[in-house]
Amino acid sequence: MISAQAQLDRTPTGISGLDEVMMGGLPSGRTTLVTGTSGSGKTVVAMEFLAHGIAEFGEPGVFVTFEESAPVIRACLLELGFPIEEWEREGRWEFLEVPTDLTDSVEVVGRYDFGALVARIQRVVERTHAKRLVIDSLGALFATLPDKRYVRVELVRIAQALARMGVTAMMTSERREEYDGISLHGVEEFVLDNVLVLRNVLDEERRRRTVEVVKFRGAPHHTGEWLFTIDPRRGVTVLPLAFMSSRGQASTERVSTGVAELDDMCGGGLFRDAIALVRGPAGSGKTLLAFHFLATAFRTGERCLLVTFDESRARVVRDAAGWGVDIPAMERTGQLRLRATYPEAESLEEHFLTLKRDIEEFRPDRFVLDPLSALARIAPRQSALDLVVALTTVLREHAVTSLLTSSLLRPGALFGAAGPSGLSSLIDVLILLHYREWDGRLERSIAIPQVRGSDHDLAVRPFVIDSSGIHIETAERVIPDARAPAAWPFEAGEPQGGNV
Amino acid sequence: MRYKFRVYVAGHTERSEAAVANLTAVCETYVPGRYEIEVIDVSERPDLAETESIVATPTVVRQGVIPQRRVIGDLSDSARTAAALGLPAVGEPYGELWWT
Repeated sequence: MISAQAQLDRTPTGISGLDEVMMGGLPSGRTTLVTGTSGSGKTVVAMEFLAHGIAEFGEPGVFVTFEESAPVIRACLLELGFPIEEWEREGRWEFLEVPTDLTDSVEVVGRYDFGALVARIQRVVERTHAKRLVIDSLGALFATLPDKRYVRVELVRIAQALARMGVTAMMTSERREEYDGISLHGVEEFVLDNVLVLRNVLDEERRRRTVEVVKFRGAPHHTGEWLFTIDPRRGVTVLPLAFMSSRGQASTERVSTGVAELDDMCGGGLFRDAIALVRGPAGSGKTLLAFHFLATAFRTGERCLLVTFDESRARVVRDAAGWGVDIPAMERTGQLRLRATYPEAESLEEHFLTLKRDIEEFRPDRFVLDPLSALARIAPRQSALDLVVALTTVLREHAVTSLLTSSLLRPGALFGAAGPSGLSSLIDVLILLHYREWDGRLERSIAIPQVRGSDHDLAVRPFVIDSSGIHIETAERVIPDARAPAAWPFEAGEPQGGNV
Repeated sequence: MRYKFRVYVAGHTERSEAAVANLTAVCETYVPGRYEIEVIDVSERPDLAETESIVATPTVVRQGVIPQRRVIGDLSDSARTAAALGLPAVGEPYGELWWT
């Protein structure tokens, strides 16, 4: 629980996910340096900080620019849906445009400071009653300083003046390289108490944007680099990760998986807010299990979101129809939303945002992602795990009963060794499907190694698939020793199938 | 021909006072009796700083003559200050303004 004092000390940026990384927001009444290479998103972060301040917190803002960027920023804000022109008319947002090309015709004799700039900023802050302020960017301002030794002094002076005005400020500054740790003038990070670094790097041929709180003097914050994305319409979103508050209470209500015997194996169905992972090779029945899951939800009037990777919409509809699941009819009732897409269609972060938006807008009771493992093609391991962390957080928040599938057999294949940070800690129920050839036919088997918070069946049970779907043998018969594989293939063997 | 200068300073600091004193000394040397100096404190008149696009302090603006000349800094080097403000060398009464 954050104390009232700590809450007073923070100014939320309103940027999705960023405040969670900063544990509440920017330190109020202070200046935070936002530094990054060109194209890393500094200006977008800064303009959103002001825009959310007006839209969500009723705090007027001043944007100081040295680069005649006001028309570009206006256009960006309009596209993000912020009524910038209205705000300017109402005096809630003011641009202070400070052309610095004047210096070409200006001579410098002796020491000087930016007293006039500070006075102009103060005038606008007083007129607008601004609580938030952006200076974009320091590089353009200090380019006019012939003697770089004075950058430090002037930076401190400006930051102190802003503190006296009572505004919470962001100053942007360029870096030459992603990881050399130094701003353009080499002193910005040392002079200012609060520093955010934005990075835009190529990682295994994928562009990856991250934000890191390098320091917040005297204020707690999360460490490390956090993925974020910039979308022309949704703006900046930092992926909300494991630290996001999940719902305090856990559901005790049980819902059906769609296969009665499987419900029994799970101890009476899935908890309403459970996240289940179905793992098995291609052809083992994962997608069919997902159709059962959707069909039972549909019959009880629940809303379902089905997201498929690697299949066209037409094929999903056809395959479902083969099992008596009429997707177009379900869609017409408004109870089902199908999104058939391909991993390569978007970046990992964009996939997450799309899923999050679907979940928040459509408010499904059930969610199916088939198959999750397809994402392994487009993302480095840690990023893929980040997405699952973020996705499960959103699903839990909305208490969505979820079924994710994976065609990778070995736990390590997609997300590395199972462990505290592995996939198994993020899901509640693990369902394993397998088949092997025996006596000229396939014998299918199912096992449930993990059901969190519930007693469950530890037997490995055979099952058959016929025209009406999955049927699990419920007699107390485990696979006879003579016919059992030497070891349960999920623990040891190499992947024996799979479409990834 | 009178020279008019406006000096923008920020508050009553040592640097402000040095700039005004240095400018006065330069004018006394190069254009004695033919100059006016107006001091503007930007913390009292930020609107003028705005209108004139002043960023740095101290800034001296030579008024009334095109092209306008600006010099920023505490003007601690009088020869460079005089040159930058287009003042005539001592003994050349009109300096660059001979054609006006």
